[in-house]
Amino acid sequence: MRDEQTEMTKAPLTTITAKPAPEETQTCWSCGTMRAVHFCEFCGKVQPPAPVDYFTFFGLPRKLNLDVTALEEDFYELSRKLHPDINARAGSQEQEWSLQQSSLLNDAHRTLKDPIKRTQYLLKLEGVELEEQSKSATEQARSTGELKKQIVPPDLLEEVFELNVQLEELRMQKKMGEDDPALIEEIGRQKLELEEKHEALLEELRTHWKTWDRLIEREQAGKVVSEDERKQARDKMVDLLNRRNYIRNLVRDVSEALGE
Amino acid sequence: MSSYRIVGIDLGTTNSLVAFMQGESPAVIPGEDGLNLVPSVVALDEKNQPVIGNAARKYLAETPERTVYSIKRLMGRGVDDIQEELKFFPFRLAEDLQPGEVLRIKLGDKTFTPPEISALILRQLKRNAERFFGAPVAKAVITVPAYFNDAQRQATKDAGRIAGLEVLRLVNEPTAASLAYGLDKKQNGIVAVYDLGGGTFDISILKLHDGIFEVVSTNGDTHLGGDDIDNLLITIALDDTLGDLSLDLRRNAEAVQAIRKAVIEAKIALSSQPSAKLDIELPGDKRYLREITREQFEQLIRPIIDRTVGPCKQALKDAGLKPEQIDEVVLVGGSTRIPKVRALVKELFHRDPHTDLNPDEVVALGAAVQANILGGGSEATENMLLLDVTPLSLGIEVAGGVTDKIILRNSTIPASATQFYTTQIDGQANVAIHVLQGERELAKDCRSLARFDLKGIPPMAAGMARIEVKFLIDANGILNVSAREQRSGKESEIQVQPSYGLTDEQVEGMILDSFDSAEEDFRQRQVIEARNEAATILAALDKGKKSPAWGQLTTDEKKKIAKMEKALIAVKADDDYQAIRKAIDALNQGTTRLAELMMDSAVSVALKGKTMDEADMGEGPTAPHPMAKAEFE
Repeated sequence: MRDEQTEMTKAPLTTITAKPAPEETQTCWSCGTMRAVHFCEFCGKVQPPAPVDYFTFFGLPRKLNLDVTALEEDFYELSRKLHPDINARAGSQEQEWSLQQSSLLNDAHRTLKDPIKRTQYLLKLEGVELEEQSKSATEQARSTGELKKQIVPPDLLEEVFELNVQLEELRMQKKMGEDDPALIEEIGRQKLELEEKHEALLEELRTHWKTWDRLIEREQAGKVVSEDERKQARDKMVDLLNRRNYIRNLVRDVSEALGE
Repeated sequence: MSSYRIVGIDLGTTNSLVAFMQGESPAVIPGEDGLNLVPSVVALDEKNQPVIGNAARKYLAETPERTVYSIKRLMGRGVDDIQEELKFFPFRLAEDLQPGEVLRIKLGDKTFTPPEISALILRQLKRNAERFFGAPVAKAVITVPAYFNDAQRQATKDAGRIAGLEVLRLVNEPTAASLAYGLDKKQNGIVAVYDLGGGTFDISILKLHDGIFEVVSTNGDTHLGGDDIDNLLITIALDDTLGDLSLDLRRNAEAVQAIRKAVIEAKIALSSQPSAKLDIELPGDKRYLREITREQFEQLIRPIIDRTVGPCKQALKDAGLKPEQIDEVVLVGGSTRIPKVRALVKELFHRDPHTDLNPDEVVALGAAVQANILGGGSEATENMLLLDVTPLSLGIEVAGGVTDKIILRNSTIPASATQFYTTQIDGQANVAIHVLQGERELAKDCRSLARFDLKGIPPMAAGMARIEVKFLIDANGILNVSAREQRSGKESEIQVQPSYGLTDEQVEGMILDSFDSAEEDFRQRQVIEARNEAATILAALDKGKKSPAWGQLTTDEKKKIAKMEKALIAVKADDDYQAIRKAIDALNQGTTRLAELMMDSAVSVALKGKTMDEADMGEGPTAPHPMAKAEFE
């Protein structure tokens, strides 16, 4: 059951900290005695899935720094209750609920355990349409050979310009059947640098998480957080994810040009 | 104790097996011939009756046009997919196949779809189990290669239904093997399962955590296995006979089968001997003689077994693991008996693989473990839970012929994704959705799973409809699609029509066909059972007559018993098992007092005819079984 003392830490496993607050009188459809969420604590029966977000499903606040080991433990524990194998002998309605609940559990776990997917998901919950969301548009552009209009992150402008010139040169040489080991080595070196940058951005993202999480904590403590503050924190993460995405695509292009 | 009746089935390319949980460990159920392996061979005999397994093998050489093997290679595939198979396998397609129709194979002058042929194999396994238990079997767990796609899985499930089996779960073969291995060593760690069978290759990497078997990644090739090695050796032999003996045997099915048999024997011999001899009698009193050394053999098969390297590396990469981080490697499948394959695995994972369990049986044993878990579990399987993944990404075709991946490969199943669709023109009533499976970016390079038509969208202006489509991959790895329109007042379910595989009606029709004969089979078994029971109670009565208790009965009682005994003996010879049962029950009742008197006088001869309840089944395959072969007439 949700109560005030759980606000700073993770709520107990079987509790949904739904927004808006869940109905207090929810009971197990089967035995009717306990307040039940994913499954009844009293008789163990799987409950019909509630349309909740992934954080809520695990009884977590919408914070980005999360204990992945604890998440995994919860995932295993919930799997033992919700998985279709466990409910294979139940009635067809219960089996259907088990299938729904279990897929929700797996989808939620898969999304939350990965730092990037988790951030993207939170931003989506917050109403942000990410560049990454239009992945299909990117791929369509790639397939038709058209260049997708992408804003080059300012700090990469110079580097990207130079790299593109070199890539063009490499493609020309390949067409002519020539081979320039020095150029290939140079491009390879730049690719390595980009990959390092790609990694470093993940670290940078973690500092933005802290800013966001502090806002959530203040909110939980009953303090007012302005929409402006939220937006600032969100925008920083959006910008970073776009930069990271840009670099990732660039690395992919380089790999392709190198014939890797 | 209904869990007893859920069996685990390994429906293999070359051999199939059925197993069950015997007490705390899984055991393979032998066939009437006493053998565990049922070759996945189906033939039609002279009377057009299907013959399955070892009994069908002789037809391979005698009437190859009425025989089929390796049918698993055709499961869930279309004509275009199997051109490569047709070069190497003597599959004879029906001549009147229509485009888009499910494949049909000719056996004699009849045609069968691959699920129907697989169903014949499954039915044989079902019969073996029923004979063993002395009771009907209706539920099964069936294994499939981890890398099987949706259509191949669906075809396997259809085969189960046609065979009269409720398929409770499709389990991936390498995962099943890990369950069999994990049973006695309940420990945590990372395990790689390398499964090279007759026709398929799988690699799965699992994380074991307090009884949870979590698949982290899987990869494979559904057309790579021992068959490919056989075909290579056959091709060489055919080339040799053409070159050296000027004998073109490629169209001679009988000769090809003779060569096939010989090269398989040589292949097996080479796993334990430094060289093997091929000595094959050919038409026209010619002979093909050749010696092959292990070294030559290993050189020849190198390109084939090297094809397992790529999937292994990809699986490691997807799991984010280095070979050193793998704690144990398990070998599955008959082809892993080849020393060169073992050496390759050692090279890949930097450790000696486990081979404690029979690689031919381990998958079926694991299926039996999973069957036990689904049946409610036992002490041995307590806390065990399998979390498997989908081997291939699921995508939707979007504008420009591009695949938009909505569920990525190696996602734990069940997994779902929700997409929103709208209409392009005013009043549009249908929206077409093309579902794909595969890793490539362009739709044309992925496997087309199904084309769904969302139908019955209420008339609205273009772009107004908001159709929510939910794609859900269930625990069998099979896709389920549901859709609803959200904008119109009522949330109407929208009809979805898959465009691939057998329709429900087709499967229904096939079930009925085989169901009739299944009923007949069951009736015959009932007769045999009832006769056995009658013999038991009559023997017990003979004993009773010699006991002191007999003298304590009144003349009238003795007369009545004699009458009932006579009645039972009379109906015993007939085929009406219900009449036999009735007579048994009557005699049972009529001798209750005799039995009591015998008990009282401490003569511990149970007169009550033993019914074949499950209490008798705990003895398992090692104990002489009431339904053992000898008791069949």
